[in-house]
Amino acid sequence: MSKLKKITRRSFMIGSGLVAGGVAFGAHKVATPHANPLLAELREGEAAFTPFIKITADAVTLITPHTDVGQGVQTAQALLIAEELDIDLDQVTLSFGAPDPAYYNTALADEAVPFQSADDSLAARSARGAAGAAFKLLGLMVTGGSSSVPDSYEKLRMAGAVARETLKKAAADQTGQPVSALQTKQGAVVLPDGTRIAYTDLAKAAADIAPVTEVSLRDPSEWKRLGKPVLRNDVVAKSTGTQRYTIDLELDGMLHASVRTNPKRGGSAAQYDTAAAEQMRGISAIVPVTNGIAVVADNTWRAIRAVNAIGCEWPDAPYPAEMADHWQAVSDSFTDDALDKEWRNDGDVNAALGTDAKGVQQIEAEYFAPYVAHQPLEPLCAVARTLETGIEIWTAHQMPRFLQQKVAAVVGCDADEVIFHQQMAGGSFGHRLEFDVVTQAAEIAVAMKGKPVKLTYSREEDFAQDYVRQISIGRAKGALKDGGVHAWQMDIASPSVTASQMTRLGQPAAGPDTQIAAGVWNMPYAVPHLSVRAYRTPELAPISSWRSVGASSAAFFAESFLDEMIHAAGADPVAERLRLIQSPIHRAVLKAVAEMSDWGAPLGPGQGRGVAFVESFGVPTAEVVQVRDTSRGIVIEKVWVAAEVGQVLDPINFENNVMGGVAWGLGHAMNCEITFTDGVADQRNFDMHDGIRMAQCPQIEVRGLTNGDKVRGIGEPPVPPAAPALANAIFAAKGQRVRRMPFWNDVDFA
Amino acid sequence: MMKLKVNGTDHQIDVEDDMPLLWVLRDVLDIKGVKYGCGIAACGACTVHLNGDVVRSCQIAAADAVGFEITTIEGLGTPDTMHAVQSAWVDLQVAQCGYCQSGQMMQAAALLQAIPRPTDADIDDAMNGNLCRCGTYPRIRAAVKQAADTLAKG
Repeated sequence: MSKLKKITRRSFMIGSGLVAGGVAFGAHKVATPHANPLLAELREGEAAFTPFIKITADAVTLITPHTDVGQGVQTAQALLIAEELDIDLDQVTLSFGAPDPAYYNTALADEAVPFQSADDSLAARSARGAAGAAFKLLGLMVTGGSSSVPDSYEKLRMAGAVARETLKKAAADQTGQPVSALQTKQGAVVLPDGTRIAYTDLAKAAADIAPVTEVSLRDPSEWKRLGKPVLRNDVVAKSTGTQRYTIDLELDGMLHASVRTNPKRGGSAAQYDTAAAEQMRGISAIVPVTNGIAVVADNTWRAIRAVNAIGCEWPDAPYPAEMADHWQAVSDSFTDDALDKEWRNDGDVNAALGTDAKGVQQIEAEYFAPYVAHQPLEPLCAVARTLETGIEIWTAHQMPRFLQQKVAAVVGCDADEVIFHQQMAGGSFGHRLEFDVVTQAAEIAVAMKGKPVKLTYSREEDFAQDYVRQISIGRAKGALKDGGVHAWQMDIASPSVTASQMTRLGQPAAGPDTQIAAGVWNMPYAVPHLSVRAYRTPELAPISSWRSVGASSAAFFAESFLDEMIHAAGADPVAERLRLIQSPIHRAVLKAVAEMSDWGAPLGPGQGRGVAFVESFGVPTAEVVQVRDTSRGIVIEKVWVAAEVGQVLDPINFENNVMGGVAWGLGHAMNCEITFTDGVADQRNFDMHDGIRMAQCPQIEVRGLTNGDKVRGIGEPPVPPAAPALANAIFAAKGQRVRRMPFWNDVDFA
Repeated sequence: MMKLKVNGTDHQIDVEDDMPLLWVLRDVLDIKGVKYGCGIAACGACTVHLNGDVVRSCQIAAADAVGFEITTIEGLGTPDTMHAVQSAWVDLQVAQCGYCQSGQMMQAAALLQAIPRPTDADIDDAMNGNLCRCGTYPRIRAAVKQAADTLAKG
């Protein structure tokens, strides 16, 4: 225990300071780290100094506990360890590790508190510390909220440094050389005469001594691996069809299952007519599951075919059957009773908007963001096999410890009797935060008594059961004066995505939801009179985190309306934003994207440019979109992106994540919505909801800025500015305001 | 029983005539590089070659594939002997989640067979049926061009 306490000394010191500021958890309990889960599995002569590194005579294994959903976090986390450990990635084995409270995520807590990222006040720090302490205490092991790099940045480098110094101490003891004379390089301790002792050869000696925990981290200027382009560990497998995902797993004697559950989400189970399915080839069982029915067969296709042959009459969902009633419910929630929080009330908005003084121009507008689906290309899938006591589960999941609890409840065992094997995910975008496919696989596995079962959703089932992005409406009023923005009232209504998810987790979601107006309540603009209000619509269809969550809708409204105000005032969209922003770090981002795009340069016929600037997940991100209005419709020619992340750990992966986020934001803004008819999603495959394809995808130029002192994640922040920057560009090109997503309702795209 | 020739090897299989080639490859022959994404030819994750022609294997009945040379990503190249397309995919680090990339590379290889020096418009036309939810298109475009250069140099 004591060795780990020193490793986390820094977080302890921050934590305990904030405990004095009024945190409910005791300092001692918060400071006490979780036991190292690797110690239990060690054999004689093997060493694990921290929960992240295991060294045996054969191998150095790095534990990368976050879920790799395509964002490359496995490589990023391995690099953080390797940078301090002095070892190359081709010299190590990587493992996702087992679910364990030691792998708690504290960085996610920053996003859960209602303070701007630049707010360094005692109240903001206290709230972040309290949330962080809670995450640590609960051992919340979560991948999400663009938090993996911030969570890992110090923790994993520290783990590498502890291991390095301990190995040096072991080598010093063994050779009689002073530690100060030893160096480390490429997986070995190097003696003054150049002799190399591999870390693996030091495993036994290192296991017998106390870990060296008084270590310091290298300055980024000394980095050999971080900050430079690196070959991701999975790139060869993913370029040769040899990467294995959950859907590819094969176990001896494995059966294949597919499922249909009530597509009227939350509705109960149907009456089933299984006569036709029972006669089909290869069927071994038809198994009722919660709210639905599964077929077990000898291959996936036979399972899907048979489950689709079952006749089902589905009872109604608890939410409105028709889409118009969903919109009406959101529209009806701009009331005092439904006010979730008044986030900003700067100046006197009512007075400023109420005036009809000469020289003050008033505008107003309303915006709409529909439900959209996650739909990563690997469909939801899980493998399960019951054990004498407990169960084994193979799948890709972003919350493994909650998964254990959910599965344990199905099986009737303890959570630690759910043996979880994390898999590489074929995408997620928030989809793998939910549990249905896993609990259903467990239900089927229980019925199949020890035989391994792989449950694969058909794409149609996956769409039908997607916990979609929140539906939302924005209403804005603005007053313009002296050629600039004078007053702005921004009201946003939607159901609470946080409450929807927390309810399914069995967790409380007290207080206002930071996501309803995410990216808006924390705007960096110093508008003289500014009001931001979030209204909470009662739960409609069940919703979940969709890449960038609340900011994907709220920031579309705000950045679109800001553009409308700026144009009405006759100002320049970049210059006016800069006039309104004080923070040098934020100004630098906007200036960078203006410079990259040569903002203000003359454009050709039919061309137009729009800009948007959103801070989400602590990352100020500015995007300029350039479109051309052609006879075939709008063509998106180019996008420029600047984002402030404190450090860029791998420029290639950084660029990939940004490009992907922009493509995600543009594609869904243009082309995608989920609507409900008779309580069932109308869009059931990629022919009706695809996102973006090659021909529509623009060139994307990316710059990462590193002026801030805190390291941030980049998976989500590029998404929110994309939609408003595109809408603003369309206005610039053809004078038409697009105020509802998907844009194809109002505009043709080539 | 029917005989399918996949990546140069003959296989005797006993399946329904209408079982899609995708599932024969994956679940009967355990060739897992070919992926299920949609089942309706809307995503291209299941793309393979039949006698060099690019097809969506979810739409090809097993019986209709008899007599053809079927090539999957495993037949295009391996980690030790990569096709120029695969080498370009590695060099430019195209993949994010990677799930669509087998189909993307099979499509790209067929494109370069037909048009050795594709323009951007050729790439748009050829690749538009291959969906990537991660948004790797800018890198796919660059990798197709790099592979074209490599192949041109022989």
